[in-house]
Amino acid sequence: MNTRLLPLYATIAIFVLAYALAYSQFPAMLSTRVIGNLLTDNAYLGIVAVGMTLVILSGGIDLSVGSVIAFSGVFIAVALRDTGLHPLAVFAALLLLTTVFGAGMGFLIDRLAMPAFIVTLAGMFLARGAAYLLSVQAVPITHPFYKLLQDAYWLMPGRGRLTLIGVLMLAVVALGAVVAHRTRFGTSVYALGGGAQTARLMGVPQGRTTVLVYAFSGLMAGLSGIVFSVYTGSGYSLATVGTELTAIAAVVIGGTLLTGGSGTMIGTLVGVLTMGLIQTYIVFDGSLSSWWTKIVIGLLLLGFILLQKGLLRLSQRGR
Amino acid sequence: MLLSIRSLTKVFPGTRALDDVDLDIAAGEVHALLGENGAGKSTLIKCLTGAYLRDGGTITLEGAPIDPRSTLQAQELGIGTVYQEVNLLPNLTVAQNLMFGREPRRFGLIDMRGMRSQARATLAQYGLSIDVDRDLGSYSVAIQQIVAIARAVEISGKVLILDEPTASLDAAEVAMVFDVVRGLRDRGMAIVFVSHFLDQVFDLADRVTILRNGRRVASQPIVGLSRMALVEQMLGRALEEVVASPAPEAEQAPAMLHFDGIGRAGVVAPFDLTVAAGEVVGLAGLLGSGRTETAEMLFGIRPAQTGTARDADGPLDLRHPRAAIAAGFGFAPEDRKTDGIVADLSIRENIILGLQARRGWARPIPRAEQNRLADDYIRQLDIRTSGREKPIGELSGGNQQKAVLARWLAMNPRFLILDEPTRGIDVGAHAEILRLIRTLTDKGLSLLLISSELDELVAVADRVIVLRDRAHVAQLTGAAVGADAIMHAIAGTGDAA
Repeated sequence: MNTRLLPLYATIAIFVLAYALAYSQFPAMLSTRVIGNLLTDNAYLGIVAVGMTLVILSGGIDLSVGSVIAFSGVFIAVALRDTGLHPLAVFAALLLLTTVFGAGMGFLIDRLAMPAFIVTLAGMFLARGAAYLLSVQAVPITHPFYKLLQDAYWLMPGRGRLTLIGVLMLAVVALGAVVAHRTRFGTSVYALGGGAQTARLMGVPQGRTTVLVYAFSGLMAGLSGIVFSVYTGSGYSLATVGTELTAIAAVVIGGTLLTGGSGTMIGTLVGVLTMGLIQTYIVFDGSLSSWWTKIVIGLLLLGFILLQKGLLRLSQRGR
Repeated sequence: MLLSIRSLTKVFPGTRALDDVDLDIAAGEVHALLGENGAGKSTLIKCLTGAYLRDGGTITLEGAPIDPRSTLQAQELGIGTVYQEVNLLPNLTVAQNLMFGREPRRFGLIDMRGMRSQARATLAQYGLSIDVDRDLGSYSVAIQQIVAIARAVEISGKVLILDEPTASLDAAEVAMVFDVVRGLRDRGMAIVFVSHFLDQVFDLADRVTILRNGRRVASQPIVGLSRMALVEQMLGRALEEVVASPAPEAEQAPAMLHFDGIGRAGVVAPFDLTVAAGEVVGLAGLLGSGRTETAEMLFGIRPAQTGTARDADGPLDLRHPRAAIAAGFGFAPEDRKTDGIVADLSIRENIILGLQARRGWARPIPRAEQNRLADDYIRQLDIRTSGREKPIGELSGGNQQKAVLARWLAMNPRFLILDEPTRGIDVGAHAEILRLIRTLTDKGLSLLLISSELDELVAVADRVIVLRDRAHVAQLTGAAVGADAIMHAIAGTGDAA
């Protein structure tokens, strides 16, 4: 068996096991309603986690995404309130902006050979500050087009709603998987994460790849911001604080090595859904404090880090 | 000639790393490149692969002058390189590694099936039939090395440079890689082979070029060449030049330390060694022969897997450096700058470092005591400095080395291992260090001295152990310690072994 895929199998096993446990206690957990909500509620997280997966695979980190999501929401809300632009035009402008923002961070990381941590930390403050600059208060979005987006769903058998944003998230994961696993760019990302020096010797265009990785993450953060604004129907500069860390947690629980070079997109989806499942279970239970979500996620993270260390040892001994 | 190098020169501040070097490599030959540390082998290879830009000379490939400016460019020109550490990515699959940058694509996406079958077909030419979808890292180093060779040949296809490709392989794996290399030679590739292992050079190479101090000493067919001649050319001394200086009469002191059958698989073959109080045991051998590895094993850095160590009181625990220190061992490593000193700390701090570590950080040595110790050793060892608080990085190499010695002496060891204590030290300080070594042993300290300078060993050592290909092959005692005898033993000729 390929040891690289072991963390993915572990992730899937944990998800199935957790679902089975929840189902045995609350049979309603298996309804299409719960599944539909799981996708809808975690759509923005799933999308941003796809970008984060690519960044982490390349051996980097992007701390700016939570702020970029908040900025996106405020940007859209203010633009729709103050201008007569159609939301689609605003979306396009926003995605361009966040993509360029990400590319800029990637450029700095590559050219100045600075740690991604510090560059994206600066980006995090920048984006959050820019969001405040646009509006300190929450701005409601009342455009009729938004109503259309929010009400777009397919009624699954069992009265579960498969919403537009849920489907978008699945599509983005599929897109991310194709980019990561089936393109030369994707292979370059894995190569960089496996060892930048060696990757360069093998002909990986390090600069271009780094810029593209962070641009992609910026694009995903912008898209996630749009989805989040559709989900909440407003833009608020204090929203999604710490979402970057939740996304990182989802990526790691999804079996991606935090040091880069190993992991899968599908694993990230399962990671996001696992975290959503814990949340749903706590809602179902009703008596548990929502802080239990954090505790369980913390334990899961710890478990996965130990698993990865163990696998690393195992593969080294196997030689 | 497929590849011709004329008057290649590369200058670094203070040294001419390559000085007017000529080299011709024909298609269908394995050309070995030999030389000791600092001879210019790696500089030459880096000029060929574009990692360094040369300062003078020409390189022509198939009659056309080339000027590679990067490794990638050299690859495209036809010069591929395989390094000691496999330069592929263990986290990608074999197929991905082999095909990277040349993946077959359909509709812009990588054609997985096509990539797999191409990778399989390529590896089949090298006699490898492995699952190309598994991570490269899950295979043995030998297989990784063959995949690296296959990739280099696929991409470049004219000249293949093998830079110590066998350093981490066992004998069976070496044979496997060599078969592949011979196959390539018969297909008309020009192969440059760099290795420390003379046996392998004689086994594989057709011609050999020897470099010393940045100059070419000789290029010759290997047939008819003796080991002795090869070693002479590498070390740069003809036998008749050697004036064996009389070794001091070795007194038959009782052995203080016994190492029985001590060894580590793949690093140093098991050997026996006894060391008497006040004795200097020298370790001689070519680079890569296992000298430093022996020292690291005795000091517990890479602990022995077999054998035992004991002294008069019983067995010694040498499983890690702390244990070795507790047993009264000391080790001044070869790379002083990275392993020996803490450059930003003062001389005083560097000297007391070891002593303080042994006491534990909870019981600091009183400042007055520190000052006394530092001043004491600065005077005793004649460390030239404006004061004990000067950062050690600002001292000359010889004085740094003395401070490292002082650190160990402060701990009052009974057995001190010095790995190349005089490397990078000017001539005056060199003699001083050697004198110092003598006075230390007169006080009963035992030394293990590793050195590539035969004169140094002859001058200081009571006994010299010679290593070749990671095994102890000879021991010379007393009057038998002479540069020619050591050289014979290194080459594996004559009766010394």
